[in-house]
Amino acid sequence: MLAKLMSLFLLGLVRLLTGAQARWQGCPPMAEQRIYFANHQSHADLIMIWAALPQELRSITRPIAARDYWTTTPLRQWITTAVFNAVYVARERKADEDPLQPLAEALERGDSLILFPEGTRGNADLPQPFKAGLYNLAMRFPHVVLVPAWIANIQRVMPKGEVVPVPILCSVTFGAPLRLEPGEERRQFLDRAREAVIALRDL
Amino acid sequence: MNQALRSLSPTQQVAALFIFVFGILVVVSTAAFLLTFRQRSTAHGDLPSDELKDFRALLGTSWFMVAVFWLAWAAGNAVATFLFALLSFFALREFITLSPTRRADHRGLVLAFFVVLPIQYWLVGTGHFDLFTVFIPVYVFLAIPVISALGGDTQRFLERNAKLQWGITVCVYGMSHVPALLLLSFPDYEGKGAFMVFFLVIVVQSCMLLQHVLTRRLKRPPSHPEISASFNWTTWALGMVLGSIVGGLLSFITPFRAWQAILMAFVACAAGSMGHLVMKALKRDRGIAAWGNRGAAVTGANGLLDRVDALCFAAPIFFHSARWYFAI
Repeated sequence: MLAKLMSLFLLGLVRLLTGAQARWQGCPPMAEQRIYFANHQSHADLIMIWAALPQELRSITRPIAARDYWTTTPLRQWITTAVFNAVYVARERKADEDPLQPLAEALERGDSLILFPEGTRGNADLPQPFKAGLYNLAMRFPHVVLVPAWIANIQRVMPKGEVVPVPILCSVTFGAPLRLEPGEERRQFLDRAREAVIALRDL
Repeated sequence: MNQALRSLSPTQQVAALFIFVFGILVVVSTAAFLLTFRQRSTAHGDLPSDELKDFRALLGTSWFMVAVFWLAWAAGNAVATFLFALLSFFALREFITLSPTRRADHRGLVLAFFVVLPIQYWLVGTGHFDLFTVFIPVYVFLAIPVISALGGDTQRFLERNAKLQWGITVCVYGMSHVPALLLLSFPDYEGKGAFMVFFLVIVVQSCMLLQHVLTRRLKRPPSHPEISASFNWTTWALGMVLGSIVGGLLSFITPFRAWQAILMAFVACAAGSMGHLVMKALKRDRGIAAWGNRGAAVTGANGLLDRVDALCFAAPIFFHSARWYFAI
């Protein structure tokens, strides 16, 4: 109940501040199993892409949250689990565990994922090189559709280090799905995925 | 008829006005609906022509705007002021989105949206008209560059400040004069502020609408192709004449005599249409066709500013002319 209210409140807030406009350019919104991968410039990216998805998809799509940031306070933890139903990943790699394990479990259960393959927030115009997670997941789950997305303007709403967001219109552009070609190299695929995200910027 | 209307209380008179306007909308919408049948039977299922589509969109906007005005009036002055504050907020959001800002502008933007805008509308709502007219041109004008300077980024300093101040002046200061008109009490005209707002909106909109229609019909070459692909001095003059005539015809709902109403309408139309042209120049500078930006990348906005910019320019001039005329 409280989580429901919180999600309505956040949805209202994001729409008031940013418009939370979704532009489906390359594929329609559909309830198939998908991995959405996008550029990452602000903590608000996660809320933004979540708000841009239609209601029906929001419940089956789980964002990925960095464990070291989103579990430090009880409020952050509650929001990411109860409202966003997020999957936590560790950014610091430990020797004996596979960082992709929680994501693989979520995909095995049939959930869709929202992924930021840069791994960390950038503040340059273009996204940083993608990390290998996207490639590994594409290898292990070939039936999952990979959808690139470009989040525009969100870094102007709340730059790093500021606490009060300002109202500026943002949009999320979803592009045509990508496939891992048979025998495609890891670096080659990741660069192609990054190009696909960047290409949506000027659409 | 006239006598009967005059004997009503101000509230009843305004209510009668709304019934009249809604009546016109119902008639026009019914006619447009019936027209679709006729077109279908003659053109064998062809898509409706562009003109009819345009007209329907315009009709939809009119319904929406009249409904908002009615709600605002029926719910009382506080709600009316709040609704216009919301319009200001969305218009400024569109304006800022398409004016590039830097990281150091963040505090200034927070000030504009969450301090200046609420205070300005609070001043309107509580009837502090003397402070309301100088708050943004004097106090905010000086506060914004101070906040900016404290941000410590000197790159394009003047340009960035000018953009923010300009956005605030048009979207907040200009728009806030519409509810101010609603609340300002003229001598012997208490409770009829809604008529003044109605007068202003109808006069400016009919001027803009006629210009739009004539541009399509007459297909004259644009007078200033570098600014607008449609603006032409002849159609502009015709729009001004129509706006003024409409103003003269509506003089019975205003405190003005007929010639005064014509003059006031002329002033409002001139400010509105020229303001619209100025906004077009701004849009050209940003390389976009509309603030709503249909189909292009930057935003998914709905182009609110395209619809209200004429009003934002006309309202302050109309308001201050009326104040000056009544010496209040």
